[in-house]
Amino acid sequence: MEIGLGHYLTVSAIIFTLGVLGIFLNRKNVIIILMSIEMMLLAVNLNLVAFSTFLHDLVGQIFAMIILTVAAAEAAIGLAILVVYFRNRGSIRVEDINMMKG
Amino acid sequence: MILQGIAFYVFAALLVASGVMVISARNPVHSVLFLILAFFQAAGLCVLMGAEFIAMILVIVYVGAVAVLFLFVVMMLDINFRELRQGALEALPLGALVGLILLAELAAVLGGWIVAPGVATVAGAPTPALDQVTNTHALGQLMYTQYVYLFQASGIVLLIAMIGAIVLTLRSRAGVRKQNVNVQIARHRDEVVVIRKVTTGEGV
Repeated sequence: MEIGLGHYLTVSAIIFTLGVLGIFLNRKNVIIILMSIEMMLLAVNLNLVAFSTFLHDLVGQIFAMIILTVAAAEAAIGLAILVVYFRNRGSIRVEDINMMKG
Repeated sequence: MILQGIAFYVFAALLVASGVMVISARNPVHSVLFLILAFFQAAGLCVLMGAEFIAMILVIVYVGAVAVLFLFVVMMLDINFRELRQGALEALPLGALVGLILLAELAAVLGGWIVAPGVATVAGAPTPALDQVTNTHALGQLMYTQYVYLFQASGIVLLIAMIGAIVLTLRSRAGVRKQNVNVQIARHRDEVVVIRKVTTGEGV
């Protein structure tokens, strides 16, 4: 029962797909969408770490740390925008976010 | 080796199960808690792969900072989540279709993956042997020398995110009584005290 690169890549592929599915399932709830994005970033991180260890190259882990930084920054900014939006509109429904007529 | 396999399958199964619960839980608080569980399982997988530092950073950053931030926001905002869940199932066919296509594509790419035999010789930074330097030590040696600019840039990213979040959420409320020390100190006796002669029986 040798656990190889393919096993880890499969797990991260499933997690990434779950993140995409979460965005589709919870189209009205911005918080769950943000959580789904976090899960997708987690899957990418797992991929990078898996390749890094199985190819004996440390650069992948450096890259994973940078992605972790960006994910933390993104979550902070996203939640701040969410709080401000809720304060202004009293709701976080995705359909209501149309002030910029995008 | 058998223990490694068992650990991998336990971590992977729990990771996938908690991932499913994150996107399907009715209560967002439960979603956040399952997200925390998923991050722990991912950290376990990283430990299994021998990337201990990344595993600990995952726990500290994701669980300690990001998930707790999510929890704060979910609990702070007074939102009717039941209303938000309505219509989730009508998007299920499209979502399932996209998810299946994506999964099939990923499986097609990863299933045919073959690592070239001489790939270890072209590594950007070959992993040193574990009995010489630990994972954390090796990462530090790489991060603070070859990738120091990237490290500084990520620090700037965090700084900008912090300033942005503060600027976005800061508000000055009207009608809040606060102590203003400057005004208090700048008061002068002549401006605020009036001495009058009061004659008996007449008042001021």
